[in-house]
Amino acid sequence: MSAASMVPGLGRRVGSLRSERRWALITAYVSLIIAAIVMLAPPLYMLLTSLKTSAEIADLGGNPWLIRTPTLENYTALLGNEMFRGFFINSILVTVMVVIVTMVISVLAAFALARMKFWGSQVLATGVFLTYLVPDTLLFIPLYQIVGGLGLLNSIWGLVLVYPTLTVPFCTWIMIGYFASIPKELDEAALIDGANWMQMLTRIFIPVALPGIIAATIFAFTVSWAAFVYPTAFITQPDSMPLTIGVVSQLIRGDTFAWGQLMAGALLAALPPVIVYAFLMDYYIAGLTAGATKG
Amino acid sequence: MAPDSSAAVAPARPPAARPPSNAMKRFARRRSTIAFLMTLPLISVIAGLVAWPASYAIYLATLNRRMTAFIGLENFDILLDNETFRAVIWQSCFFAITAVLLKALIGFWLAHMLHHLPTKGQRKWRGMLLVPWVIPPALSTLGWWWMFDPSYSSINYLLNAIGGPSIPWLGSPWWARISVIIVNVWYGAPFFMIMYLAALKSVPEQLYEAAAIDGASGWQGLRHITLPMMQNIISITVLFSLIVTFANYDIVRVLTNGGPRDLTQVFASYAFQVGVLSGNIPRGAAVSLFMFPLLAFIAYFVLKGVNQRNKEMA
Repeated sequence: MSAASMVPGLGRRVGSLRSERRWALITAYVSLIIAAIVMLAPPLYMLLTSLKTSAEIADLGGNPWLIRTPTLENYTALLGNEMFRGFFINSILVTVMVVIVTMVISVLAAFALARMKFWGSQVLATGVFLTYLVPDTLLFIPLYQIVGGLGLLNSIWGLVLVYPTLTVPFCTWIMIGYFASIPKELDEAALIDGANWMQMLTRIFIPVALPGIIAATIFAFTVSWAAFVYPTAFITQPDSMPLTIGVVSQLIRGDTFAWGQLMAGALLAALPPVIVYAFLMDYYIAGLTAGATKG
Repeated sequence: MAPDSSAAVAPARPPAARPPSNAMKRFARRRSTIAFLMTLPLISVIAGLVAWPASYAIYLATLNRRMTAFIGLENFDILLDNETFRAVIWQSCFFAITAVLLKALIGFWLAHMLHHLPTKGQRKWRGMLLVPWVIPPALSTLGWWWMFDPSYSSINYLLNAIGGPSIPWLGSPWWARISVIIVNVWYGAPFFMIMYLAALKSVPEQLYEAAAIDGASGWQGLRHITLPMMQNIISITVLFSLIVTFANYDIVRVLTNGGPRDLTQVFASYAFQVGVLSGNIPRGAAVSLFMFPLLAFIAYFVLKGVNQRNKEMA
């Protein structure tokens, strides 16, 4: 914060408005370059490690930030590992099902809450927001009992059942915001043309609020892909593990860690959300900020 | 669900051909039924997977270890007498408050710096700086764990290169606490940056121009224009992040697993250890319920802030 007060001070000392602007710009670039180095160093170092041989990793002599003999053997070993491919498949299955379930539940509910004022709709909207604030770490022990009672421990269906607690409240919340911003004239026009509520939703609201739907889908995808507490609690057999817990628990074995493989596994596991982000950054950010600006 | 809703919708269709006023009336009469059916899945998620487990947790916490007898508040009593648990309370609060303050300050600073750039350049920087938020935290923490490794630490290598000492990142209690905070700040600061940047963009430029004409310094502009305009967003983000950070599990689990000597254990990781790993489900439920009063307290203020903001925007 001290630097924030420094910038204008510098500007005044130098005198002119233009040099004040220039100093502000220089401070901005310096801060951002430092921040970018700090933010990107860990993933970069993971990438470097994943491209090294075990011998090179174990060698304490050289600079750990450089690679001498780059190799892809960690990646080929992982991709040839049936257990690791299993983690990937489990993650994909769980995520796809959770995203579909989440979007159906939230779009229907958000439409009703945004447009059909009914008894208790205000209470329900508040309830949605409150459930969004309940963290998974508060619920995992009772859910462990409940999922266990249903016989779904060590099954990806148990995860499909509980992940909606992570995704549905926020997705509903931002969809309410997007639907509420659609002009009322549109539904009046549709009503006059004889559309029923379902047609109004599918023909008008979903197409018009498509950016919001994409943002909510990305959110649901990222959250289910990254979920960690529930799979850690409910899944102990490698067969049913999704990637997060699979990489953390199964690739770490004994005292001599295969660091290269571990980092390669973590990076491969992180790849899908990063790719989605790289291509849909604007929707991603819209979804992030919508939670607070729309609600 | 699907056949039910179509059955409810279908009768509304024919009257649409009749005089519109009649059709509208029937529509309105049907509306609450349809709305109820549409929100039913949501209600079942909230009731069945949040409200019910939450109340079930309260019931569980009053049972003995083998879940055969009701023992009232004894679990809470035992926990409060336990020195490890008192350390957990302290560590959770220390971790959450320090991490959130740092995230908010760094996020605010970065958002401000981004805002100074020409609009064209902002996208690229924003894209780079948000990367930590995109990687699932359990996985990026693995990378940090490797960077903090006692003998192979690449951070210590850099420190040594500039003449600094090697730091026992995860070995000594205080450094372990700091490491957990560093990773959490690294992961969460970009989120604050994005939120604050969006808020900064919504402050009208004319306000600053008017202030500049009146001779206000940059600091005064920040103090009297930016902060008041962003007040609501700042408090919502900070409170929300307090909840998430307070309940954090991933980073502690991967980085320190609670050690050394349970000194970096937070509520979530301790509840996991007691409830799932040691098999004392009621005690574990009691541990995580200790989070509840504080979360409810914070949630009340978040809700107030959000409602106020809704009113302002309407």
